[in-house]
Amino acid sequence: MALSILHRLTGVGLSIGLVLLVYWLVAAASGAEAYAQAQRVFAHPLVRLLLVGVSFAFFYHLLNGTRHLVWDAGYGFEKKTARISGWLAFLGGLLLTASFWAAVSFRQGGLQ
Amino acid sequence: MSLRTPIGRVLGLGTAKEGAAHWWSQRVSAVALVLLGLWLVGALVALGDFSHASVIEFIGRPFNAVLLALLVGTAVYHSQLGVQVVLEDYVAHHATKIVSMLLLNFLHVALAALGIFAVLRIAFGAVS
Repeated sequence: MALSILHRLTGVGLSIGLVLLVYWLVAAASGAEAYAQAQRVFAHPLVRLLLVGVSFAFFYHLLNGTRHLVWDAGYGFEKKTARISGWLAFLGGLLLTASFWAAVSFRQGGLQ
Repeated sequence: MSLRTPIGRVLGLGTAKEGAAHWWSQRVSAVALVLLGLWLVGALVALGDFSHASVIEFIGRPFNAVLLALLVGTAVYHSQLGVQVVLEDYVAHHATKIVSMLLLNFLHVALAALGIFAVLRIAFGAVS
């Protein structure tokens, strides 16, 4: 299906997300001042957008990766099943992304 | 006229015989990342505020530090395996492919070292 390339795209996107994760960890390990600077970087609207993109990439890649593992085990190859599971991974990815950000902003006491 | 013998020209042009190991490693790290990834999502939500003090406190706990270090290591490994396949598939020029694979390999190792060192530095109480 047309979405199959999305698995690779989100995979490459997650490699970039990994750079952000390590940047965050290194900033935290460098002390309060470096961390405050990183927080300003993460607060930038474009970086926020990138984070939302990375979180979608994470959830989609997680769900679609599980779909690939099921295929590797030899199940789910029926045309109809494969189409439905493909859409489930995509819609599930959207749903989990929205839920994740809702939960994070709820924990922070509203959107910042 | 080449100095190379006919057999010398064809030796080593078959498969590298390591494809199955690459394929299997990708699956094993994928399964590990399902678990570690879900843990991270839960941990990030539970973290609540992302202040320096809360992050240091969170990573300061042994269980969290170990899982976070494992996550960084496994994610970097999985990323390296995936990016390698992407380069093999889409970069047609041989020299460009080898050089970009080499560079990305170095970047991945550096990323793992940085991430794990950062976690350990916090975990061992060197950051206040």
